[in-house]
Amino acid sequence: MLRIIKSFSRRVLASLFGRKSTVKIGFYGPPNAGKTSLANRICKDWTGEEIGVVSKVPHETRHVQFKEKVEIKHKGKNLTFKMVDTPGIATKIDYEDFLKYGIKKNEAKRRAKEATQGIIESIQWLDDMEAVVIVLDATENPYSQVNITIIGNLVARKIPILIVANKIDLRKADIKKIGAAFPEYEIVGLSAKEGTNMDEFYEALFRLAKKT
Amino acid sequence: MSKRTFKGLSLHVIPYAEIEPMGISERVKKILSLVLGNKIVIIHGRLRAEEEARLIEDTMAMVDHIKHFKGIELAVIEPNLSDKSLLVKMRYGLAKRLVGDSSALTIIGPSSIVKEIKRDPRKIELLLS
Repeated sequence: MLRIIKSFSRRVLASLFGRKSTVKIGFYGPPNAGKTSLANRICKDWTGEEIGVVSKVPHETRHVQFKEKVEIKHKGKNLTFKMVDTPGIATKIDYEDFLKYGIKKNEAKRRAKEATQGIIESIQWLDDMEAVVIVLDATENPYSQVNITIIGNLVARKIPILIVANKIDLRKADIKKIGAAFPEYEIVGLSAKEGTNMDEFYEALFRLAKKT
Repeated sequence: MSKRTFKGLSLHVIPYAEIEPMGISERVKKILSLVLGNKIVIIHGRLRAEEEARLIEDTMAMVDHIKHFKGIELAVIEPNLSDKSLLVKMRYGLAKRLVGDSSALTIIGPSSIVKEIKRDPRKIELLLS
């Protein structure tokens, strides 16, 4: 409740006193879609430092992590963002899934416990966002209820959305399928790992920031 | 409320009228208590976005505290109105406002039983463990 009041008062103050100096932007999506990879790519491009650790193991990000004051310059314009990288949202967590990656049982159980708490944390942070980049894996079926639930919650809170179809460097990637699943939203295809199409992404990010 | 059992698989159908007067906590609690009883819940209608988020939050809290509970599979099937006329869309929107979104179907099952709910615009498949 406190977060909702804080978020509401910030929006009212921003509309009364003009443009905000910093836009708080969240990276949301299912696990292993590449949220941290994209946040790292942006932070590395503009601050020289990364925001978090990336791995093939799902739920590598189990706590919300930030990068304050990331100043992005694009085509003569300047904007400062606060980057908020969130744990991937899922409806199930099974510690046995971590065993497949060679993680020992006790460590897998600890990861699973932290992952459940990370998901709760991600959802609770939704109210605090001013704009959200939804990162989807372009090789996966986009018609998952988690994706729809995240978007539905952002729409209900009137938070502007940009959808990123990540991993376009992979042969199985299908941006058109993501576009067909979410026709109301702007979709940018990119590869955070390879840094492909980042120019188009920054352009879309500036348009997104304008909507806040 | 009706209940059907097929070879150890239990489906629990909840009519929209039954959950309509409930608050968010009550709805989520009812769904999760059925899912914890290893039932696949089919709701006539859909939860609001914030209720779906709350369902995920409470599910995660339970995964953390209840042994052998790994979570849920969740899917919503809605009528496809993309190729329908504006009049049909407006009629649907009005009916939704007046009587709630009872044209959708929400399927929620324990992930130990429902391995995956595959969805695309044309079909929905429940893959059981």
